[in-house]
Amino acid sequence: MTEKIELTRNDRLSVAWRSQFLQGSWNYERMQNVGWAYTLIPAIKKLYTTKEDRTAALKRHLEFFNTHPYVASPIIGVTLALEEERANGAAIDDTAIQGVKIGMMGPLAGIGDPVFWFTVRPILGALGASLALSGNILGPILFFVLWNLIRMSFIWYTQEFGYRAGSAITQDLSGGLLKDITKGASILGMFILAVLVERWVSIKFAVSLPAKKLAEGAYINFPNGSVTGGKLQQILADQASGLSLTKMAPNTLQANLDSLIPGLMGLLLTFLAMWLLKKKVSPIVMIIGIFIFGILMRVLHIM
Amino acid sequence: MSIIAMVLVVIIAFFAGMEGILDEFQIHQPLVSATLIGLVTGHLTAGIMLGGSLQMIALGWANIGAAVAPDIALASVASSIIMVKGGNFTSTGIGVAVASAIPLAVAGLFLTMIVRTIAVGLTHGADAAAKEGKYQTIERLHLVGILLQGLRIAIPAGLLIAIPASAVQAALTAMPDWLTGGMTIGGGMVVAVGYAMVINMMATREVWPFFAIGFALAAVSQLTLIALGAIGVSLALIYINLSKMGGNNGGGSNGGNSGDPVGDILNQY
Repeated sequence: MTEKIELTRNDRLSVAWRSQFLQGSWNYERMQNVGWAYTLIPAIKKLYTTKEDRTAALKRHLEFFNTHPYVASPIIGVTLALEEERANGAAIDDTAIQGVKIGMMGPLAGIGDPVFWFTVRPILGALGASLALSGNILGPILFFVLWNLIRMSFIWYTQEFGYRAGSAITQDLSGGLLKDITKGASILGMFILAVLVERWVSIKFAVSLPAKKLAEGAYINFPNGSVTGGKLQQILADQASGLSLTKMAPNTLQANLDSLIPGLMGLLLTFLAMWLLKKKVSPIVMIIGIFIFGILMRVLHIM
Repeated sequence: MSIIAMVLVVIIAFFAGMEGILDEFQIHQPLVSATLIGLVTGHLTAGIMLGGSLQMIALGWANIGAAVAPDIALASVASSIIMVKGGNFTSTGIGVAVASAIPLAVAGLFLTMIVRTIAVGLTHGADAAAKEGKYQTIERLHLVGILLQGLRIAIPAGLLIAIPASAVQAALTAMPDWLTGGMTIGGGMVVAVGYAMVINMMATREVWPFFAIGFALAAVSQLTLIALGAIGVSLALIYINLSKMGGNNGGGSNGGNSGDPVGDILNQY
């Protein structure tokens, strides 16, 4: 028996660094396969010394692979553990390694997409964008720094977790913690999405409705002729307390809608878009349609 | 634009193109790329504002599985260049740049598909290299793939820079008021599509009440996004803790309907 070959922390760091380029040569045939092999090359170099072993390892890692790019990290960790055992003589065949990869990539992608693309990025993006809209440089900086802190710690610690747990991770994954994280993310996500719909879908009708005649006492009755100091003081106080200067109050469609709840039309538009998406209408068709609709509304002076 | 600024913009476009596929550092997101282009061309504030407006539209755009979202990298890089060359840094100028980004995002989809098809050839190259045990060839092929993705944005950006600024300005000023005004109205509404995509992904009967709470609270304009985020996190924590205490549905449920699809799949595996 020869000495046990182990992957050092540096080897694992090198793999984690490379895993950031996982999607680089994404292709329609085997998707992330070349990126996956690229990621594992430092480990393969360390573990296998003969040409036959290396060729076999490269081939086995050029098989089809596709998942969310960050949750690939725990899978990489498990694969490192399995490859290490195999290099030290354990009977782990190609099918076992391939089985772990394929078995984990689907369920994990199902966690990565909602958590990263649909919760963390929209929330950080909205936070940054709302600052950026007024030209505040903190907007982009906050978004960039926070995102990369979260991402880098996630890929390193989950890869380490996968490496230590080895194939046992598949049992851990079905535990309660992960269930809580996905549920918590979807609760937070739905809450924030509602906020975004209310705040950022902007629909303003320019239509004005006939002006309302105000009741006696709701407007200031200006005296005819000259005004004394005391009378002027009273008029100014009346105006400050919210009385109208004219007998007629301007009335718009938008003000009436806002008195129900602000953002109502945006909500209805969002529901319409959700319904159309379920009817398999392409989002791009919808986006173009909305622009055409906007131009029409402008031409007709409705919005 | 000075020569140095042009070169820097093309370099930013190159990084944005690589990131558009890698999706790691998020340089391709409008908040970052439009800000960087604004910075190197000397219009930082306008760049930040354009980035913010585009980011709002693109919040829900994501690559899922083999599907590609509208190409936000090309959209934000090209619309930043259009804004800088148009020379209008008011909210109207930014609005027009935002509107021009949408068709570009769609056009970018086709460029991505082309590169992803070319990359099939790289896979076969890698297969051949694996037979010989040649690491360096596989590594090089992978880097070529990344470079191609960078060029996907850098080349259109270079072409756009090469067009004389006066032509861009003429095209922008030739746009009638109803068109720019209508595009701005459309831009205000179009974000709904992105949100709808995300909601459709996440919505279940269980989480709809949280949507209602969020909508009602958002109408209180004194609450900032950070305050609302704190409320959202607290609600999620409270809900998860309460459902554990009351429901008696904790550990040991081996059945096929434990309500946790991931767990079920893994248990079966």
